Amino acid sequence: MTYLADVGALARKDLLLELRSRDTLPAMILFVVSTLVVFNFSLPAETGDLAAYGLLWVAIVFTAILGLTRAFAAEREQRVLDGLVLAPCDRSAIWLGKGISVVAFLALAEVVALPAFGLFFEPVTWELVAAVALADIGLAAVGTLLAAMAAASRARELLLPLLFLPLVIPVVVGGVGASIADDPGRYLGFLGLYDLIFAILSWASFEYVVTE
Amino acid sequence: MALIAARGLGRSFGTKRVLRDLDLDVAERELVLVTGPNGSGKSTLLALCAGLLAPTAGELDVAVDRGRIGYLAHEPLVYRELTALENLDLYGRLYRVPERRERIGMLFERFGLWEARRTPVASFSRGMQQRLALCRTLLHDPALLLLDEPYAGLDEAGGELLDAELAGLAGRRTLLLATHDPGRVGRLATGRLALA
Repeated sequence: MTYLADVGALARKDLLLELRSRDTLPAMILFVVSTLVVFNFSLPAETGDLAAYGLLWVAIVFTAILGLTRAFAAEREQRVLDGLVLAPCDRSAIWLGKGISVVAFLALAEVVALPAFGLFFEPVTWELVAAVALADIGLAAVGTLLAAMAAASRARELLLPLLFLPLVIPVVVGGVGASIADDPGRYLGFLGLYDLIFAILSWASFEYVVTE
Repeated sequence: MALIAARGLGRSFGTKRVLRDLDLDVAERELVLVTGPNGSGKSTLLALCAGLLAPTAGELDVAVDRGRIGYLAHEPLVYRELTALENLDLYGRLYRVPERRERIGMLFERFGLWEARRTPVASFSRGMQQRLALCRTLLHDPALLLLDEPYAGLDEAGGELLDAELAGLAGRRTLLLATHDPGRVGRLATGRLALA
């Protein structure tokens, strides 16, 4: 219970910071909607419907990168991460708290993005919503770990996408598959498995990322 | 028994050796002043003792759980967009401080931050941030205090508050205090470490 209380306090703090500074979420929403608008005008008229789903997933992954780049900005600013790492709580609670806030920001951006996708391209199906929800968990799990690693680096803006993109290729495969396949269950299961494996790996390795 | 014991302790950053071959014993309830010019490794030594850095040479044993360490760094280690109260409340939860609200209120009163408790830290002056950092460091009543330039940014009144605080802590807690002004707390010190 103490662990969950720590996670809750840390996640609440991130949401409060975003509410005050409005640094991340408006940028994510603006980015994902603008990307969909650009794709709408750049896709040739004869392009198949399937391409639109691929572009949606590209937009989601790059929106996640945008949010993750800012994920540890407040901690980096005044070396607050040192203060959190010194606290006697389990250090994985820092990862989980941050991951929850990343999922919340992604979900809020998608609340705007999916209707925009429906408006410009294809109707939003329940399979797509389920795939996006599962993908958010995977993107946040891996991304939060990598964002913490990148935060300690001077080349963090370069490092994060370089590490993140190869690792989330399975999310794109699973997401596109679930969006267009006749049997989306298989791809949704694949996304769920990805979430489980990478959440466990990230949870277990976060301590080593934030300490020397 | 020494609370901090270092043997041949060294720390390098890339090719730059900041600390080399340091032997140190700090017993319980000692107050050891760490002095030396800029770049001599004072802050590095404190970060090593806090567990934020790992030695690159030698051995360091700190016989205190990390939850009983109070670490004052150059930066206040608080969120600028949160208020002073929200910051200490978060740390109080993570450090499992009993009667958290009362303890925070008492520290705010003691360090003259009560009126500013609901003000975002971003609007604090350097001195107020240092006072808040001291409150954060003392919040969980640590057994070992690692204080890096605790007087930095404090005005005369703030300095006097800290003088009184250190006088109260000396002999009751173990302190490792890095300073460029050893005269100010020299009378309380039980040991000195001069880094070159």
